[in-house]
Amino acid sequence: MIAAAPVLEVKELSVEYQTDAGAVRAVDRVSLDVAKGEFLGIVGESGCGKSTLLFAIARLLTPPAEIAGGSVHFGGRDMVAMTEPELRHIRWRDYSVVMQSAMNALNPVMTIGAQLRDAIEAHERQSAQSLRERSEQVMRLVGIDPVHLGSYPHQLSGGMRQRAMIAMALVFTPDLVIMDEPTSALDVVAQRSLMLQIKDLQRRIGFAAVFVTHDMSLVSHFSDRLAVMYAGQIVEIGDTRAVFADPKHPYTKGLMHSFPSISGPKERLVGIAGSPPDLLHLPSGCRFHPRCPSVMPRCRTEEPPFYQQDGDLVRCHLYDR
Amino acid sequence: MSFVARRLEFFFITAWAALTVNFILPRIMPGNPGQAMLVRFHGRVSPQTIKALEVAFGVNTDQPLWQQYLQYLANTLRGDFGTSLTFFPEPVGDVIKQGLFWTLGLVGLATVIAFVLGTLIGMLSAWRRGGFLDAILPPVFIVISAFPYFWLGLLVLLLFSITLGWFPSGFAYDLTSSINLSWSFVGEVIWHGLLPALTIVVTSIGGWILTMRNTMITTLAEDYVKMARAKGLSPVRIMLMYAGRNAILPNLTGFAMSLGFVISGAILVEIVFNYPGLGFTLLQAVHSEDFALMQTLFLLITLAVLVAVLAADLLTAWLDPRTRDSAGV
Amino acid sequence: MAMRILTDQPPVETPSISSRSGVVGTLARALVSNRKALAGTVVLGVFAFVSIFAAVIAPYDPHSLQFDPILGPSRAHLLGTTGNGQDIFSQLVWSTRQSLLLAVVAGVMATAISVLVGVSAAYLGGLWDHLLNLFTDVFLVIPTLPLMIVVAAYAKGGGTAVLIAVIVITGWSYGARQLRSQALSLRNREFLEAARVRGERSMYIIAFEVLPNMTSLIVAIFLGAALYAVLAAAGLQFIGLGDTNDLSWGTMLYWAENNGALLAGSPLWVLAPGLCIAVLGAAFALLNYAFDEISNPALRPVRRKR
Repeated sequence: MIAAAPVLEVKELSVEYQTDAGAVRAVDRVSLDVAKGEFLGIVGESGCGKSTLLFAIARLLTPPAEIAGGSVHFGGRDMVAMTEPELRHIRWRDYSVVMQSAMNALNPVMTIGAQLRDAIEAHERQSAQSLRERSEQVMRLVGIDPVHLGSYPHQLSGGMRQRAMIAMALVFTPDLVIMDEPTSALDVVAQRSLMLQIKDLQRRIGFAAVFVTHDMSLVSHFSDRLAVMYAGQIVEIGDTRAVFADPKHPYTKGLMHSFPSISGPKERLVGIAGSPPDLLHLPSGCRFHPRCPSVMPRCRTEEPPFYQQDGDLVRCHLYDR
Repeated sequence: MSFVARRLEFFFITAWAALTVNFILPRIMPGNPGQAMLVRFHGRVSPQTIKALEVAFGVNTDQPLWQQYLQYLANTLRGDFGTSLTFFPEPVGDVIKQGLFWTLGLVGLATVIAFVLGTLIGMLSAWRRGGFLDAILPPVFIVISAFPYFWLGLLVLLLFSITLGWFPSGFAYDLTSSINLSWSFVGEVIWHGLLPALTIVVTSIGGWILTMRNTMITTLAEDYVKMARAKGLSPVRIMLMYAGRNAILPNLTGFAMSLGFVISGAILVEIVFNYPGLGFTLLQAVHSEDFALMQTLFLLITLAVLVAVLAADLLTAWLDPRTRDSAGV
Repeated sequence: MAMRILTDQPPVETPSISSRSGVVGTLARALVSNRKALAGTVVLGVFAFVSIFAAVIAPYDPHSLQFDPILGPSRAHLLGTTGNGQDIFSQLVWSTRQSLLLAVVAGVMATAISVLVGVSAAYLGGLWDHLLNLFTDVFLVIPTLPLMIVVAAYAKGGGTAVLIAVIVITGWSYGARQLRSQALSLRNREFLEAARVRGERSMYIIAFEVLPNMTSLIVAIFLGAALYAVLAAAGLQFIGLGDTNDLSWGTMLYWAENNGALLAGSPLWVLAPGLCIAVLGAAFALLNYAFDEISNPALRPVRRKR
């Protein structure tokens, strides 16, 4: 099987925050690929750097955060090297962003329709007629009555707002959609319905998706591949089913065991001992070693590179052969 | 309570408070100022006018206090403010009308200019954090805005009028001209008005710049601004329609509420430049102990500020769809 | 008078200070690290020094009329003499005392009322909150100078006490609004829940848990009130209210203006006291802004890399 060129190639991407106490590395040399039409999930605890990674890829970081190294290849160009005017050309047309809370991500003083129009007109000149048609079409795509084009964000329900945001993200049928916890602000039922809708749209339109969340069970049902982040690094990445069925990194194992299963035998809930490290004072060697139940002497001094294991990449010395 | 109802309640209560202050003050101050004033009026005005003044100031009357109060309110609503001592025998209402024109022109215009310019500069300096505007302006304007209005006026007067002789040293127009609508007269008015207007603009603009900058900085951190960037919108559009439009909302009401301060400063500027507006009139009233005139000026100024506040509130409600809905507008 | 604009800005979360000793330490650290704060503190220090040692610094008796009037600056008279033959420099030095005192006393009193009204409104809630708000807004809107003029005129110029009273009455409302806003946001934070669960009474909670956390804001409000007091006092004294025989920068300006100092050729008589007022005001303004930055890190200066 010959693999098609990936739609997104991230290589050794690092992001630093300038603080009074020095530079903090929120994302450390992350590399990942996303194939055409693929759904990649990124999971991790709060503060592990997953949202920062996402915004770095989308080139939406603001000071004091900035990209400290690496490259992001998209559409044949390195986005890190591109200037803002150059980026503006491809923004939204080739890749778009869906944020966590639509209430915060939508301009409260403009109607949905006006915001859609802004997005379209920023890239193409359209007649009023075709603007209207395009807007209505994309609203229907996500199941919202086009009459809401004249509504303000606060007049819609939470679920509708999120879907409106997704409609906006798809208006140019981009190759890549980056999503930062778009379901976290919704209740469980709305979450599932939204996810099903996203998957359906993905199948129909064919965009690739990078989906960040802290909810492992949610992402397990919907993603093709899964990446696990810890303290700014990816510690495990592979096929979702494989990672779930047989988690390899001790952290991933710990995460899995933190979720009770409704079916299946009643097990004791085991968390992960300790707490996430202070990014200003990282542990030596493997960042997870202070909390790792399988820690070896080597882990304290040597930072593990990625090792291959059954088609997964794992950042753990246990898999060094 | 709906938004509009709340603002109207505020309007009426403050207006009532101002009226009541005017009523109470002469009655509680030591030395019975009302009596003193009436002594000076004696023999110069008709008995009815004396009677009206007595009612207004609570002198020589055995009417119970609440009756005096009602009478006073009735008089005010009728527009009867008494007779001015300073500009005797003109009624207070007429005196005020003259000064009002000049003050509205000078102060009104200068304030609007300062607000518009200040807001734009504030917006720009927040937009380019760390840029020239952002680094230089805040400290400079903090210092300038701490200058007393009148001192800056004196400085400006000293520099541009007395030393350089570029501008006249006072009044609204040449003392030899008479008021007419000719071009030369209008030119004179502008030329005379430039220095006082400049003083007002320079001292007040700092406040607008700083608050707009601060609100803008907070707004720029919002997700919808990030989203606008993600959509590839032009920076100008983001700055104006997404950030600016949201940042200015809290400032509008603040603008109106600060009018009280602006007017206070403008009064002092008028005094420095002998500008024949309400501020100057107030000064003359103070010096000749013309309480009727003073009180009415105070009332008028308060009402003006209140109207501005109400207007700003309604404007905010109109601009912000969230308030619009809860206001039932 | 300085411009003060009101915005309903959302109060920013500040880390909690759990003990009173932490308050002084935080303040001290904050003052040293911020350049504006340092500048303001230095200026205040200089003025305080001058007012304490006025007798030593001023060369002559400020009231003494023995000199020739309207002399230009010379070694004998650093800033020249007034139209009545008094030494301007000596007057300036001695005036520091009253000007500084006015600012601080009026500032403290206004701040005290602000705290009382603002925090009470936040904690009593309901109808009381509504009423106190209305009360605050009314005082906020009423134009200060006209009100002050009217009151002071009725009191026949009054003395320093009337001046202070009038400044305090017109100056407390601005701070009350901000304090209420922050008190409201603090009301629901976890460490207060913990105190309530421990069984502490409301008064205790307000005094020892809430107020220490509002220190930064209270200081900022005091500075703003002091600034307002400096300018308000100057304005009132300039038009002849207060006691014109007092020795204060504002009264100096009154006499200067009355004697037509600008036109008569002794501009220093006007410039010197005015400059002092402006500098004192600027010191308070800088400190005020510095405290704003301290409580809201987003406002701090950004270093641009490019």
